[in-house]
Amino acid sequence: MEAYFDNAATTRCSDGAREVMVRALSEDYGNPSSLHQKGMEGENYIKTAAKHIGRTLKASESELIFTSGGTESNNLAILGAAMANKRAGMHLITTKIEHPAVAAPMKYLEGQGFSVTWLDVNKEGQIFLEQLEEAITPETILASIMYVNNEIGAVEPIAEAGAIIKAKNPGTLFHVDAIQAYGKYKVHPKNLGIDMMSVSGHKIHGPKGTGFLYVKERTKLKPAIYGGGQQRGMRSGTENVPGIAGMGQAAKEAYEQFSQKQEHMYQLKEAFLAGIAGMGWAHVNGPAGREGAPHIISLSVEGVRSEVLLHALEERQVYVSAGSACSSNKPAPSSTLQAIHAGEASLGSTIRISFSPGNTLEEVGYCLDTLKGLVPMLQKFTRH
Amino acid sequence: MFKAFLIKYGEIGIKGKNRHLFEDALVQQIKYALRPVEGDFLISKEQGRIYIEALGEYDDAEAVERLACVFGIVGICPVVLTEEGGFEKLAEDVLAYLDARYPDKNKTFKVNTRRAKKSYPLTSMEVNAALGERILEAFPEMKVDVHCPDIMVNVEIRKQINIYSETVPGPGGMPVGTNGKGMLLLSGGIDSPVAGYMIAKRGVKLDAVYFHAPPYTSERAKQKVVDLAKIVAKYAGPIYLKVVNFTEIQMYIYEKCPHEELTIIMRRYMMRIAEEFARETNSLGLITGESIGQVASQTMQSLAATDEVCQIPVYRPLIGFDKQEIIEVSEKIGTYETSILPYEDCCTIFVAKHPVTKPNLKIIRRSETHLEEKIAELVKAAIETAETIVVEADV
Repeated sequence: MEAYFDNAATTRCSDGAREVMVRALSEDYGNPSSLHQKGMEGENYIKTAAKHIGRTLKASESELIFTSGGTESNNLAILGAAMANKRAGMHLITTKIEHPAVAAPMKYLEGQGFSVTWLDVNKEGQIFLEQLEEAITPETILASIMYVNNEIGAVEPIAEAGAIIKAKNPGTLFHVDAIQAYGKYKVHPKNLGIDMMSVSGHKIHGPKGTGFLYVKERTKLKPAIYGGGQQRGMRSGTENVPGIAGMGQAAKEAYEQFSQKQEHMYQLKEAFLAGIAGMGWAHVNGPAGREGAPHIISLSVEGVRSEVLLHALEERQVYVSAGSACSSNKPAPSSTLQAIHAGEASLGSTIRISFSPGNTLEEVGYCLDTLKGLVPMLQKFTRH
Repeated sequence: MFKAFLIKYGEIGIKGKNRHLFEDALVQQIKYALRPVEGDFLISKEQGRIYIEALGEYDDAEAVERLACVFGIVGICPVVLTEEGGFEKLAEDVLAYLDARYPDKNKTFKVNTRRAKKSYPLTSMEVNAALGERILEAFPEMKVDVHCPDIMVNVEIRKQINIYSETVPGPGGMPVGTNGKGMLLLSGGIDSPVAGYMIAKRGVKLDAVYFHAPPYTSERAKQKVVDLAKIVAKYAGPIYLKVVNFTEIQMYIYEKCPHEELTIIMRRYMMRIAEEFARETNSLGLITGESIGQVASQTMQSLAATDEVCQIPVYRPLIGFDKQEIIEVSEKIGTYETSILPYEDCCTIFVAKHPVTKPNLKIIRRSETHLEEKIAELVKAAIETAETIVVEADV
């Protein structure tokens, strides 16, 4: 049996997405900027995708900028907002558990003279709303808070944060990295006080190299890529028509029978957590059960290095991620695990299990049996 | 302008009656090296020279780059070959060559003629003088400097005439395949690919063995070793790489033996297995990247302990090298960037905090008796299940 439990890293492209992409590649291959019929056919794919996505967000199609993925969306939001608004202030807020695609542009801006407040999180990985409120000043131009943490599945109180930000400083833009949330939750940015929101296509069974940034109307943002003025000048370059079409289709599918899918993932998660509940060696990081995201489990296995466990599971066709980037001899401990004070031992021995609606309870059972067989054996050979 | 290369080789020239064997091997290696280069080449051997002539269009820079990896070559000279047609024609050819090759004429030169064809009407000295005169007439900016010229105009009068003035250095050494075959223990680190390169440079063909320990080492670590072998194969030719699954043996040693002796005992079993492969495939020795004192397992005592289990010679070309010197070679041959990719290899994963640095042979032998029950069977299984990968240089 094979169990692909690395869906937070990437997912299999859906058949529907693939089919529309093949059509856009080989039949309707016109450049949306071309004036002839073929060009219009290309443009129609983009319009359809924007319509599908807009519907899932309850947002207008003109509020979407298509990008090459989550990283570009985050960079465009953070760097673009900072550049466009720096006259209003040079202060930014983010959290200590952001993905590098947010943390790195923030650090870059720190080097450029901006000041950044890095919010702490509690044991469950959630920010302290009081700390957020205190941090906001008249100089604060941007707050960027992730929706779902990619390592431990913590869900941030986005609606509350949005309300606090807008109450304290209506000029502060609120950016949300929703890359692990979109498709797992219903996300309607306007109800949450969100000005900008990043999404990646390949985390929701769309193609790699695709993503978008939701930008609320009249938000001041500077483009990061200049050229032919496509996408209202916000992101020049011939649109990735097949990619956008595939992502649009995947977005539509993700929200079909949404509640069943979400419930199914919760059941997978609960089955997994129940299965390891009696095991003394297992420790789950971050929020338990339905407090956290439906698709992510962060598991520390006492006395087994994550990379070793990952490869041992891989030999048995179970695919997971190492919870901390531990590819070198000197592991670089995960900042998320450090931020939740996961403990020295957990840092190097954490794996991430992440589901998609396509996974089954049988796969979870197989993974549990495999873990229970492997762990005691691997524990015998701990490095001393 | 150039349609040919003149290949200079060093040590082969001093070989006696079996010189042709070395030359034939060099021609073979040149053919192999030029295979991926765009264009067709005619390779010929005559009067102690090897010529490579391009038949039609070819990529000059790529050809030189490939030839610079062929052991046995000390110099690659882009050469103009012309038919012998009297001095007047020779002078015109030389002038045309200089004009095309050196747009800036403000240079010093010297003509160096060699006359293999003794029936040529002028002596070498006479040709030198006459050609020098013609060059000075044609290009008044050029000056003669017989001691340290900018341009050494070489003219070789043979069946045909060779004109050349530049030599791209080759790697030296001897053509691979002229000195038997060796079994390289390849780890994925910096040292072992360099060791393989150095032994191959002396004309030794290489096979290699890699010990991997899944799940303690990853597929990526194995791929890294294959990638390193590919780079070494650019110089040494195709390498038969044995990949041995070492996990069971390693875990068994870990279970039965004192942990501070793990590395030594593990290495002794690696040597035993490598030697077994060497015998099967007619390798005449083992090759390792060890250097005295670099790590605990490379002290003289430790080296003696690993040597003890080998019946065939163990070649350690880096034995007197400092790390920095090894790194310099690895950068030169292009393995460094791959070697430092951070994947765990099986030597680092089971390392004890304080391994023995001066192993006592008697104690090591006694520890190994604890393995008697299963080790022979495990070694046999490891040898039988080893995977063989034929690693060719990337084209």
